[in-house]
Amino acid sequence: MNELRTVLRKNVREYGMYFALALIMAVFTILTNGRFISSRNMANLLNQTGYIAVLAVGMTLVIIIRHIDLSVGFLSGFLGAIAAIALAQWNWPAWAAILLVLVMGTAAGLLTAFPVARLGIPAFVASLAGWLIYRGALMLVTAATGTIIVPNEAFNAIGTGYIPDLFPSETFLPELHKTTLLIGAIAIVLFILGQINDRKRKMQYNFEVLSNGLFAAKLVFISVILGFITWILAGYNGMSWTVVIMLAVVLVYDFITRRTVIGRHIYAVGGNPEAAELSGINVKNITMLVFASMGFLSGLAGILFTARLKSATPQAGTLFELDAIAAAYIGGVSAAGGIGTITGSMIGALVYMSLMNGMNLLGTDISLQYVIRGLVLLFAVIFDVSTRKRRG
Amino acid sequence: MSDHILEMRHISKSFPGVRALSDVNFSVKRGEIHCLVGENGAGKSTLMKVLSGVYPHTEFEGSILFNGKEVKFSGIHDSEKAGIGIIYQELALVPEMTVFENIMLGHEIRRGLVVDQNQMIKRSEELLKRVRLNINPTIKVKDLGIGKQQLVEIAKALSRNVSLLILDEPTAALNEDDCDNLLQILRELKQQGVTSIMISHKLKEVLSIADTITVLRDGQTICTLDRKADKVDEQLLIKHMVGRSIENIYPPRDTKQSDEVVLEVRGWNAYDAALGRKVLNDVNFKVHKGEIVGLAGLVGSGRTELARSLFGNPDGYQLQGEVYLKGQKCRFRHPGGAIRSGLAYASEDRKRNGLILIQSIQYNISLANLEGVSRNGIVNEELDKQTANEFVKSLLIKTPGIHQLVMNLSGGNQQKVSVAKWLFVGPDLLIFDEPTRGIDVGAKYEIYTIMNQLVAKGMSILMISSELPEILGMSDRIYVVANGHITGELEARSATQEAVMQLATQY
Repeated sequence: MNELRTVLRKNVREYGMYFALALIMAVFTILTNGRFISSRNMANLLNQTGYIAVLAVGMTLVIIIRHIDLSVGFLSGFLGAIAAIALAQWNWPAWAAILLVLVMGTAAGLLTAFPVARLGIPAFVASLAGWLIYRGALMLVTAATGTIIVPNEAFNAIGTGYIPDLFPSETFLPELHKTTLLIGAIAIVLFILGQINDRKRKMQYNFEVLSNGLFAAKLVFISVILGFITWILAGYNGMSWTVVIMLAVVLVYDFITRRTVIGRHIYAVGGNPEAAELSGINVKNITMLVFASMGFLSGLAGILFTARLKSATPQAGTLFELDAIAAAYIGGVSAAGGIGTITGSMIGALVYMSLMNGMNLLGTDISLQYVIRGLVLLFAVIFDVSTRKRRG
Repeated sequence: MSDHILEMRHISKSFPGVRALSDVNFSVKRGEIHCLVGENGAGKSTLMKVLSGVYPHTEFEGSILFNGKEVKFSGIHDSEKAGIGIIYQELALVPEMTVFENIMLGHEIRRGLVVDQNQMIKRSEELLKRVRLNINPTIKVKDLGIGKQQLVEIAKALSRNVSLLILDEPTAALNEDDCDNLLQILRELKQQGVTSIMISHKLKEVLSIADTITVLRDGQTICTLDRKADKVDEQLLIKHMVGRSIENIYPPRDTKQSDEVVLEVRGWNAYDAALGRKVLNDVNFKVHKGEIVGLAGLVGSGRTELARSLFGNPDGYQLQGEVYLKGQKCRFRHPGGAIRSGLAYASEDRKRNGLILIQSIQYNISLANLEGVSRNGIVNEELDKQTANEFVKSLLIKTPGIHQLVMNLSGGNQQKVSVAKWLFVGPDLLIFDEPTRGIDVGAKYEIYTIMNQLVAKGMSILMISSELPEILGMSDRIYVVANGHITGELEARSATQEAVMQLATQY
């Protein structure tokens, strides 16, 4: 019990986030008589979260290296419109349109990074210029046609479709999506094996690990949560392609930030750029890389959003950048740089979108919704700062 | 007793995992200069933070009597109001603001709703006169040297009508002239009735200025020495500080001279476009294998500029000349290139550009050589931890563990982390800029010992230092830098402080 308390206290910030998400979900579930937690709504919530979570992941890295990118909202709107044009007017296949948009996004990120990294222009200004430019570009490409309807089913499936059920059965759990269950089961097994393996290696090196009891409790606890999420998703249409893409982005970026040399370099640049430079890290290149990744993810978010609406509109992407920034801050990214996690930002995005989704279910007035979202952001950051102070 | 301006009784203060102060008693007589000495981590700064209210009265045990009355400060604002002024190691001036704005910051003189500039300038002039600083109060602080900035800080404290002035290592970053000047001003303030508490690692200056000396060790008061009553010398202080006597401040070393040249610099010039002047002018020098070469000179003479221009030139100077590393001609465009070729640079300002304070010991140690703990770009976390643990052990870094954030370490231990970082790279030549700045005697000795071990293993060290005894005590050969030129080369064995100073002041 004592050990549990110290572990909790040490990671109060991290666990606090999960707790906040659970609390918000529980409150909405009660207030909506269970409608919030229904499989259908959960699927909807995760699909809504997709493009914001993807942007928040990229923004996390940008904020970690002490910059900001305001251009990503209209950039993803603009790139979504480009995809729509490629599909609707040029009759490109879906893969070609996707490739084009991702390449353009990466290029746009590099373009924003150039004045920041090479000329020392503040990212706020450089990306504000991008905000204006891409907004104009979006209006320009949609000026002739207005909203562009995307006719390509394969493309739209990214935002609206679900992974196929490979094992349909009329007798075994007929209501549930078996492939999703299988993926969930595999995820749980991989998680448990990974944790055990990690613990073994730590013990080989004689490092401190959790006691057997607490370790088992942790495994059971997280497995149950994973199982629960799987069960809920399987109860509707299964996992959507949006969720698959979002999870893939989070897993890849989480791995990069926590385990790779590039990840260490990014945190070092954020923690102290001068020390990083003198340790042989090329700060300019890291800056270019992080903005390029932000551009790439903006393209991806544009695809997700356009596919979800099955169309591109002249207003697409409005304020996405601020939603992504809010999600990252709620997720514990430090404005001073050097601190923040990918999983944190994803949870932040989920918290943010759960609030929106839940209040929409309750029919809360939109004006009040904004106020509440603002208060939650403020509270999260205050909580963040105060817990960090206590540890420091 | 009424002649005590300050009495701190039974002060205890803990941080998570560390007992920083335990039952410390500390009294200061009115009108004296009281020096507080001790190793890094002994609790000096913590004690002063307790006094000045940085740690509010609820966060420590014990009582503080100021002017005979018990005081309970909740913040630095309270202690300032009571008449206590504190000047930190890191100066707290706003560089972009003018001198008078800085001095009056926080209690500007107002006329109605607007600030009265003229009044403030006049008041600042009076205060600057008290610290013998003859400058125009309307120039910006960033245009002043560090020594003058220090005096502006004191003027700022005086503007608050302080009766007790606390200085936390005021001379750490100053050159000898500025040091002497500062000490003189403290003596004059004493004449004017200002009591001072000074924390310092420089024992010579402590002995030259203190009326009373209190030694702290491991969070406890070891002794309080009265200069009039007790016979005090450097050896005695060191003995009290470290709990053992250090016979020799500079550990002995077998000097095995090698003819193999590791670094040779020929006709090296650097032009700083931002400053619009040459910072280095026709510099020529050599470093042999297994040699410690001292680079002496006054602050601002171009020593650090020389080091940085060789180390991948992060400041973007326009360079001319030739550099040979192990006989190979090279020109690095980035510190990374220099590191890969066997050059390392431990910077003078650990906190600003040496270490990543918000990260752990583990992350800092492997930062410059992540290739050494990774495969295919993926870090082997266990190997990384093992590496860090080995360095913590071999360099005797005092810490609860490798996950400790570097900002929570004392100066000496931070410097060891910085050394560990470069040792893990395994360079042929380590440029060590002010290796012992802000470090106490015990840790200094350990750093020197480490340096000796490294050169014994065949590494070479180019040591930049402002402390003449250190230059003379540690180097095999000495180059003196003045105004961007190398003004002389000396054999350390035969060199004297006077000879070095003469070369350093040639321009």
